[in-house]
Amino acid sequence: MAHPIPDLTSPRWPGGPASAATPLLVGCGAGFSGDRTDAARPVVDALMAAGQPAVLIFETLAERTLALAQLARERDPQAGYEPLLADLLRPVLADCLAHGIRIVSNFGAANPEGAAACIAALARELGIRVPRMALVLGDDLMGAAHAQALQAACGADWPTARVVSANAYIGAQQIAQALQQDAEIVIAGRVADPALVLGPAAAWHGWAWDDWDLLARGTMAGHLLECGSQVSGGYFADPGYKDVPDLAHVGFPIARIEADGRCTISKPENTGGLINAQTVKEQLLYEVHDPAAYLTPDVVADISQASVTEVGPNQVCLDGVRGHARPSHLKVNVCSERGWLAEAEISYAGAHALARAQLARQIIATRLGAQGRLRCDFIGVASVLGDDDSQWLAQLPSDSSAPRDVRVRWAWEQPTARAAEVLLREVNALYTCGPGGGGGVRTQLRSRLSTVSCLIARDLVACGWRWWRAAGECA
Amino acid sequence: MNSSASIAVPLYRLAHGRTGDKGNRSNISVIAYHPALWPVIEAQVSAERVAAHFAARRPSHVARYVLARLQALNFVLDEVLEGGVNSALNLDTHGKALAFDLLQMEVALPADLLMHCKGPQEP
Repeated sequence: MAHPIPDLTSPRWPGGPASAATPLLVGCGAGFSGDRTDAARPVVDALMAAGQPAVLIFETLAERTLALAQLARERDPQAGYEPLLADLLRPVLADCLAHGIRIVSNFGAANPEGAAACIAALARELGIRVPRMALVLGDDLMGAAHAQALQAACGADWPTARVVSANAYIGAQQIAQALQQDAEIVIAGRVADPALVLGPAAAWHGWAWDDWDLLARGTMAGHLLECGSQVSGGYFADPGYKDVPDLAHVGFPIARIEADGRCTISKPENTGGLINAQTVKEQLLYEVHDPAAYLTPDVVADISQASVTEVGPNQVCLDGVRGHARPSHLKVNVCSERGWLAEAEISYAGAHALARAQLARQIIATRLGAQGRLRCDFIGVASVLGDDDSQWLAQLPSDSSAPRDVRVRWAWEQPTARAAEVLLREVNALYTCGPGGGGGVRTQLRSRLSTVSCLIARDLVACGWRWWRAAGECA
Repeated sequence: MNSSASIAVPLYRLAHGRTGDKGNRSNISVIAYHPALWPVIEAQVSAERVAAHFAARRPSHVARYVLARLQALNFVLDEVLEGGVNSALNLDTHGKALAFDLLQMEVALPADLLMHCKGPQEP
């Protein structure tokens, strides 16, 4: 291999950079649970070719994902981490270890220990050594020790149904500490998404945990990376208005983070996608409320005076981010069971399709009565833009301009599976008892989850990290 | 500055945007394609008009944030996702489509700015 290998025995990870000018490269290999598993390979190739200190992150944990992971762990104590973990790492693990590219991720989900065991097994399968792995802990607040504080924090929002998961969004400090102790892979659960980037940046550059401007800059670099290709042309294209080349092979982003916190976003050579001021602005504002106060566990970031500059082809620099003191409280998501959702569909096409769809809608509403929330959509007319009360559908014109291919879709919420099944039977019965010419009934029934958020005092959450050791290995 | 007559054009010719969601709250960015179009967007795409655009979803509050250096607006719509990702009955539980819905809003554009718009150059 011609690629230079960065010297990891230098004091850079432990104790800060040898040279203030050495930037850190952070590449992103996944932006959600279910992202493309072949995305990380070109990113790692680019990081290897750069020969600079580098980190690869995988962000795989959305609001719901953790509750689903907790349920998976209840069924199987070995499960509860990112289901695609081995598929995500198999193409890149050997090269990351060989070239000193650290891996930082929240793919531990509800079971970081299980994720580490999975990675160890993968390493053995690949015939390489088992990496030094650190587990970030403390986000899981499910135990009895936290029950009272959580109930108090949630107040009237505390769920009446069974609680499935309760996790605090913890910050970047444990990730940074593990890297400074020379961890090769840092496995977290519910850390704030941008902490996956702030942790490495703060560790590499030796940033102080009260240097709010620097922490905010590292955080916003993380914000740009955390959704994978959403900053590099994914989720952006609008043909004729915003054209993006080769989304089938979209390149995932790499941030070059300077010691002063400025970052430049780029992507691997010979990949599809696009990075320009527009793609970066869309992602910068994604899921932001007040731009002067983007709340994270580590800092309150302020992008009200931020600017983005195109500094080269597919290269954009983010500047002007400022920071304010971190919040006194941490956000906690509490997930609970929430009954059942029944969904059913039937199509009406050809002459008077819309009129027959409207009739079907009225029949089902009559049959189900006023029990539970019922929603109806006309796919082909309005699959998502209607409202729960069908006011929008009711005022559709029925003249000759009316659509001639309509798929009617219902969603119905009920406390039990048995009650929810009634919708499935009623829509199925439209075959013979409903308007003429209905076809293609499909139905599905699934359990639901509910999330409430609350704030909990920081000192009630015991964040920490420890080395992973294989079962049976002495401490 | 622009003394020419105004024409009605859809916002998607002047701006692009993206929806984000947290719980039952949605944020929608509206970002100018060209610096010359920014004053039109800033002047006309008000919180009141956005609230009216999404009236069927009954937002309890609409806040507008101005990011002058990015030439962008950020709208935050409270209680607009019919419960949000876990509880909405809508197929699009995240409200991902809302930004493109908002971009259909009409604005009055001074005709001499049409050259800076995306899409066909005929009005």
